[in-house]
Amino acid sequence: MSVLVYIEAQNGKLRKASHELAYYAVKSAAILGLDCCGVVVGDCADIQDLGQYGLTQVEQLAPNANGDNMTIAAAVAGVAQAKSASLVIFGHNSIGKSLLPSVAVKLSAGTLSGVNSLPSTDNGFTISKTVFSGKAIATYEMHTPVKVISLMGNSVKPESSEVENVTINNSDIQIADGTIKVIETRREDGTVPLPEAELVVSAGRGMKAPDNWPIIDELAEVLGATTACSRPVADIGWRPHHEHVGQTGVAIRPNLYIAIGISGAIQHLAGVNSSKTIVVINKDPEAPFFKAADYGVCADLFDVVPKLTAALRKFKEN
Amino acid sequence: MKILVCISKTPETTAKITFTDGDTKFNEDGVQYILNPYDEWYALVRALELVEANGGEVVLGHVGPAANDSIIRKGLAVGAHRAVRIDADPLSAEMVAKQIASHAATENYDLILCGKETIDYNGAIIGGLIAAELTLPYVSFVSHLEVSGSEFTLTRDIEGGVEVSKVNGPIVISASKGLAEQRIPKMKDIMMSKRKPIDVIEAVSTDPTTTIIKYSLPQGKQGVKMLGPDDMDELVRLLNEEAKVL
Ligand SMILES: Cc1cc2nc3c(=O)[nH]c(=O)nc-3n(C[C@H](O)[C@H](O)[C@H](O)COP(=O)(O)OP(=O)(O)OC[C@H]3O[C@@H](n4cnc5c(N)ncnc54)[C@H](O)[C@@H]3O)c2cc1C
Repeated sequence: MSVLVYIEAQNGKLRKASHELAYYAVKSAAILGLDCCGVVVGDCADIQDLGQYGLTQVEQLAPNANGDNMTIAAAVAGVAQAKSASLVIFGHNSIGKSLLPSVAVKLSAGTLSGVNSLPSTDNGFTISKTVFSGKAIATYEMHTPVKVISLMGNSVKPESSEVENVTINNSDIQIADGTIKVIETRREDGTVPLPEAELVVSAGRGMKAPDNWPIIDELAEVLGATTACSRPVADIGWRPHHEHVGQTGVAIRPNLYIAIGISGAIQHLAGVNSSKTIVVINKDPEAPFFKAADYGVCADLFDVVPKLTAALRKFKEN
Repeated sequence: MKILVCISKTPETTAKITFTDGDTKFNEDGVQYILNPYDEWYALVRALELVEANGGEVVLGHVGPAANDSIIRKGLAVGAHRAVRIDADPLSAEMVAKQIASHAATENYDLILCGKETIDYNGAIIGGLIAAELTLPYVSFVSHLEVSGSEFTLTRDIEGGVEVSKVNGPIVISASKGLAEQRIPKMKDIMMSKRKPIDVIEAVSTDPTTTIIKYSLPQGKQGVKMLGPDDMDELVRLLNEEAKVL
């Protein structure tokens, strides 16, 4: 039996999530007393980087330009069967969430998506995830012999141990032609996508008007952060929908979340309160967000934000 | 077009989350319930728009006990034509998907829509499980959808961008923000919804896959450290040395 982890590659290189996934899978395998194996679609130039987490075997599937998420899932399920995998791990993102269900059905597996802890075997197979959009944590027992899970980003911090050599095996399993034809992929260049970002600068209705955003963009740029926003500013079209964080937007858990001119409504907090460190800039001392913050600045954001940007620039230069 | 919209019941977004029975059960005392926002605002409304443009009917699919009929009525008030309730407690994602799939297998739906995720258990995989059970194509996190004949053109949200694809129906999709605009039912719609049929069907038997054994609340913050607007160098120092996030 083994643990199988789906390694995400994009344009021939590892996606950032793959580091955390490889580390998590090796740790899980150690807890379960099983071997660990990765599966990747296509060539991946920096796959040896995963050796630092102790991953030593990767099955490589030949890409098929006419494949789709269903046929990739079928091939991954085939690898899982060949490796007698009892635990299959995906990232809890647009890739993992579209492959996991199909793999789980093919393997008659139980599923748990969005886990944020390593499994435990002290009392059956137990594992936890955040529920109610971050307002609580639930520990689940999984009863099925085969389990398929997805790992919420930024849940464990990958630590490198001894560097091992990763053996790549070209799998005999083929990705069949699919029925879904992707005709276009558009990505915004440069910034780290919000769900994977470690640093996030977010702004809300306190910004008063969309024209005022350059101070937010500048702060984000100096910090190397991704921008986010509260729901009302996305709803009125000041910012794109994909920036909307919270209970009905993207749920994130970055290392640093800077909230600017956001009151901290319960639905907003739900999606961001798992952030490691929260800084709140708001002119209202009664703003509920201060209760969820580590650091607070109670002042006019149009005064504070440029000062923070300048201080960070000075810090980065030294 | 015949469209199935899968709907879930979730606690209202401001509900206080507490637990009972030694933190093993969600405390429902005083909790108000709503239709899951992704199901109601995006999946259901886009289904209604498609049927308004092309003819057909929108059926709501729900797995839950009779007590949930009041939630189903909210979807009927928004405009769905009728509903099918599979009479069982929703126990896990697999179980719910098997129930919906076993119903859908006997009907000829052109499109099955789910919300992107529920705001209580945040699983985001039920649509995919239904598709896999029915061996239909599945496209997740759809923020734009057009139909021409049996061909669907879909825009799907991915990290940092979008992916546009084409596929022939029938298909299963999950709806994300942008797919449609929320509709607020009028008094007349709410009255009419009371006369729309909810067919109750028996659940198929399934084996348990997962159970929640314990709940806990996240660790609260230690208290906020306040700084003045002119202390930004100090804030940067704290973020670097104390919080270690820079
Ligand atoms: C079902 C449902 C789901 C929801 N889901 C979400 C969600 O997912 N995400 C989300 O964000 N919201 C969500 N909401 C909305 C939420 O309830 C709040 O309305 C929203 O978060 C408020 O956004 P805001 O903080 O930007 O605006 P406001 O609440 O208007 O707050 C603006 C803040 O800016 C401050 N401010 C103003 N001017 C300045 C200045 N010059 N300097 C400094 N500070 C200033 C004010 O003091 C105030 O605190 C949801 C609501 C419902 C009903």
